[in-house]
Amino acid sequence: MSTDSLSRAFTVLIRRDLLLAARRRAEMANPLLFFILVTSLFPLGIGANPNLLQAVAPGIIWVAALLAAMLSLDSVFRSDFEDGTLEQYLMSSHPVSVLVLAKVIAHWLVTGLPLLVISPLLGILLGLPETGIKTLFITLLLGTPVLSLIGSVGVALTVGLRKGGMILSLLVLPLYIPLLIFASSAVDSAAAGLPVTAHLSLIAALLVLALSLSPFATAAALRVSLS
Amino acid sequence: MTEINNKTASLHANGLECIRDDRTLFSQLDFTLHPGQVLLLEGRNGSGKTSLLRILCGIRLPDEGSITWDGTDIGRLGPDYHQHMAYVGHRDGNKLDLTPFENLAMARALGKANDTPLQVALEQVDLQGFEDVPTRNLSAGQQRRLALARLLVTDTVLWILDEPFTSLDVDGIRIVEALLDRHTAQGGMLAVTSHHTVNLDHSRVQRINLSS
Repeated sequence: MSTDSLSRAFTVLIRRDLLLAARRRAEMANPLLFFILVTSLFPLGIGANPNLLQAVAPGIIWVAALLAAMLSLDSVFRSDFEDGTLEQYLMSSHPVSVLVLAKVIAHWLVTGLPLLVISPLLGILLGLPETGIKTLFITLLLGTPVLSLIGSVGVALTVGLRKGGMILSLLVLPLYIPLLIFASSAVDSAAAGLPVTAHLSLIAALLVLALSLSPFATAAALRVSLS
Repeated sequence: MTEINNKTASLHANGLECIRDDRTLFSQLDFTLHPGQVLLLEGRNGSGKTSLLRILCGIRLPDEGSITWDGTDIGRLGPDYHQHMAYVGHRDGNKLDLTPFENLAMARALGKANDTPLQVALEQVDLQGFEDVPTRNLSAGQQRRLALARLLVTDTVLWILDEPFTSLDVDGIRIVEALLDRHTAQGGMLAVTSHHTVNLDHSRVQRINLSS
């Protein structure tokens, strides 16, 4: 099969998923709403002490982003599984891993990108200094694709189960923890005026690792789930 | 529809066995499907018809035995096998939030596209006028026809159909039978399960009863 038709399938699939997201806007807005609500409820819950808020802000924002991503993960493959389109991907004349990557990119554009865009606002809300907000943005830019990529493996493994939600969290959350640690400590360091290149390099390395391995793992997991 | 170019290929099953929940559904199953032939699977509910079709699709692995396409194992061929086949299963594989047009465009991008205009494919299954209606609003029979229209927008030799006539009306059945007949007459292969009596040219039909 030529690379031309492969890249066509890739773009058609991304466009199709974005179109579907646009037709189910309410469902897609859910994770973003969750992210904003959780983050903005914290100042009400723990009191408006600026120093305290600033200290916990990186952790709060990253935990909220992580949970928001978890909330949206099921939508990567669930509906495709239920209406039978997932079988059609597996029987496509293109490598499944490439199609999987297209789906994950579409998922990130719909769920990760909005978090990224709104995050500086939430940083200001929690009183992060300017350098902290900048670093927060970069960590989310590098980190949210990792959330989608790792999550896709988990969803692919659990999509055939009727109640896979619980297992999905148990599978995926431990894999998210290194990212959470590096990302929130990067923002912490930046807010304290320390250098953060080491943290950011590590997160970038996680992204490269996830980008190169997870499409293959997801494709293999889908085969297992559907057989 | 374009003529089928791969007229020498054959699908060969060798000693297939399928076990489900400790029950052996079938074992020692051999058959060969040549261009222009129809494999008609019969048997009671739960006799393993769908499982066998999914094995032929390469989605499910047989517990014993192998399937070869042109002499090579289909597991090894992967996409090189899948570009020759199309499958319509129990689940239609249509996205309900998309229009029939968008669904067909996706199906075409996933496979080896031919040059049949999408409009013509929809006309052939009698769905003209529904191009821009959300698939959700179509009736079950119309959704089924849309699923079958997928067969017409890619260049495939082997059609694997699981109960293609489910929820179709009399006209629908006639239309689909004509499509299947034309496909085999042009050298295509067909593996199909059906509870209805299928009106196809009998000289080409090879029956396998999984209940016996």
